[in-house]
Amino acid sequence: MHKQPAHNACYTKLSEIIQANRHIDGPLIQVLHQAQELFGYIPTEVQQFVAQEMEIPPSTVRGVVTFYNFFRTEPQGQHTINICLGTACHVKGAQRIVDVLVDELGIHVGETTADGRFTLTAVRCVGACGLAPVMMIDDEVYGKLDREKVREALQRYAA
Amino acid sequence: MTRRLDVLVCSGAACVSSHSAKVREALTQEISRQGLGDEVRLVETGCMGPCELGPVLLVYPDGAFYIRVQPGDAAEIVEEHFLKGRPVQRLLWEDPEARRIAEKRKLVPFFEKQSKIVLANCGMIDPENIEEYIAANGYEALGVAITEKTSEQLIQTIIDSGLRGRGGAGFSTGLKWGFVAREESPTKYVVCNGDEGDPGAFMDRSLLEGDPHSIIEGMAIAAYATGAAKGYIYVRAEYPLAIKRLRTAIEQARHEGLLGERILETGFSFDLEVRIGAGAFVCGEETALIASLEGQRGTPLPRPPYPSTVGVFGKPTLINNVETWANIRHIILHGAEWFRSVGTDKSPGTKVFALSGNVCNTGLVEVPMGTTLRELVFDIGGGIPGGKGFKAVQTGGPSGGCIPAEHLDTPIDYESLKALGTIMGSGGVIVMDEDTCMVNIAKFFLDFSCDESCGKCIPCRIGTRQMKGILERITEGQGRPDDVGKLRELASVLKATSLCGLGQAAPNPVLSTLEHFADEYDAHIVDHRCPAKVCKPLIRYGIDKSQCRSCDVCRKACPVEAISGTPGGGPYVVDDEVCIRCGSCADVCPFGAIHVAAGAEVSVAVPGNGAI
Repeated sequence: MHKQPAHNACYTKLSEIIQANRHIDGPLIQVLHQAQELFGYIPTEVQQFVAQEMEIPPSTVRGVVTFYNFFRTEPQGQHTINICLGTACHVKGAQRIVDVLVDELGIHVGETTADGRFTLTAVRCVGACGLAPVMMIDDEVYGKLDREKVREALQRYAA
Repeated sequence: MTRRLDVLVCSGAACVSSHSAKVREALTQEISRQGLGDEVRLVETGCMGPCELGPVLLVYPDGAFYIRVQPGDAAEIVEEHFLKGRPVQRLLWEDPEARRIAEKRKLVPFFEKQSKIVLANCGMIDPENIEEYIAANGYEALGVAITEKTSEQLIQTIIDSGLRGRGGAGFSTGLKWGFVAREESPTKYVVCNGDEGDPGAFMDRSLLEGDPHSIIEGMAIAAYATGAAKGYIYVRAEYPLAIKRLRTAIEQARHEGLLGERILETGFSFDLEVRIGAGAFVCGEETALIASLEGQRGTPLPRPPYPSTVGVFGKPTLINNVETWANIRHIILHGAEWFRSVGTDKSPGTKVFALSGNVCNTGLVEVPMGTTLRELVFDIGGGIPGGKGFKAVQTGGPSGGCIPAEHLDTPIDYESLKALGTIMGSGGVIVMDEDTCMVNIAKFFLDFSCDESCGKCIPCRIGTRQMKGILERITEGQGRPDDVGKLRELASVLKATSLCGLGQAAPNPVLSTLEHFADEYDAHIVDHRCPAKVCKPLIRYGIDKSQCRSCDVCRKACPVEAISGTPGGGPYVVDDEVCIRCGSCADVCPFGAIHVAAGAEVSVAVPGNGAI
């Protein structure tokens, strides 16, 4: 999903981003969003780099990264499956969809398959409640799910 | 040839998810193939509302409303309707009860009881084109405000209108503006709270995506009234389309001189910046939002001081919710009197709701305050699908509660919902049918609040965990006689002592279900039975001997080999000890022979006997 250019190039780019954000007030979260875009996740080394460049304590950066659900500290699989656990999806049987995914992929929520193909994560609501139950694979939304539709969707990414 | 048809293609989140882009592409191709490029214009709009029916199209001026359009339908629509003037009947919305075809959108019952003020532009204009917004009287209110009105007049108008915060708490918007205006500080900020975190809520998303300029205009008017020169729009990272459209809208407004230095050649200057959140429910609370906007961990602060005194970067700050902002321009243009003529005495105006769950017509709706829940669920929502019975309607997300059938005729306003143990909230309305377990729902919300608690204050951090633990054991058949009492006690401590709204409101889903569905708690705790057949440890799967044809399908589907039998060799049986209650067998049985019973022997089964 994310391009992975040589890490040095990523760091150079990140340094530019930090420079460009110097004039705005309270830029840390906005910088981290762009760091995650670049690296795909925000490992400790990247956190330290951000801290150094922004001249703030690494603990502050780590504190922010770990506070928010959106920031990841582990690399992701090739495809990310986000299963929606919002209320509408819950009422329409999202838990059963989770069970099917866990069963099909052989991993739990929050884990990545051994072949690095899929990462399974849960989200609170993707705001597509009209189509509940819903999951997203990368940027594609799959709605009105049942066991069969989950299997079909996974098939598309299996090759 | 002049243009004679405008075809509005809904590009709200749900329609995009149903592949409206492919439909649009197909229509574009067909239109050019038929040489209608000059006569028919395609417009991408924000959410039209009936998400369940997507992708949807609305054709002007004849008003034909097409639903569930597939790319393969494009050729027929273009040739029959756009070329020959005969709307394609099979794709028009059909009322399942009246069996009449609603040819005009106005006749679709989903729209009949709605009155759109805030959503008037949503689904009607191209949100990425400022000219369309201006053509719909856009930025007229801003012009009037900064050239003809004083700060005091504007604030008085908002106070007189009776507009209350649409984020859920219902505080007077005008008073809030007044507090900030009164502060003597050279730097002040206005902020839009677009951190729509309630699961089951997508009103703000639809507004930001469908009519971003209305938010910008509202904020600019408030900036003028309160003396702010800079504003922030804080949006969830989960809404990339909203972020993109907002940024486009801000650029366009700057280009037209409606944002930036010396707006409309007056002495008033104001500019906006979009700030992206990073996924923390607590950031919907205003002091936590401010911390997050400043780039820090989003933990709340004790109030006072209120943000109107000490807000973003320590400066006086006015924070309003997306829908509140969208109301402003209408009030300035039409006056406080007009606004008060809609809705109820104490809650004037309309409210946008996101209708979802077990209801026929899911989607985005706007109704006058005072509309009853019954009208919302049954008239607009079309009732419960699949012939099931209604059980409850949930409002207010994890801070709200569940309302049972006997209160369906309650008019919707801030006070009446509060009296029922729930809150207006930001507008998520989730309908639940008879197959919903209310204890499970309470556990679901507590799990949410526990997970999203920022951990700063002890009552919320530990209290939500304790309550969740009790609910877990109840749903697992391990409930104790004094559990309900313990839940009530914890709830009162959380309400009284938590630092912010998250903890204070977290017990609401439990208290409201205890109030209205006490018998379900008793069934779980005393009888070890889940009446709705949801809680796995409290249900059992079995096979109806009279219906089983011993076809072997269920045995093959069972992941744990809990089903035994031989093809054609008489009815199959489920081994309850092995069964994991996954429901795979029921999914595949062609004869409907698998049944679920509410109630099970409790886990401490005595060998050879079963029940205690």
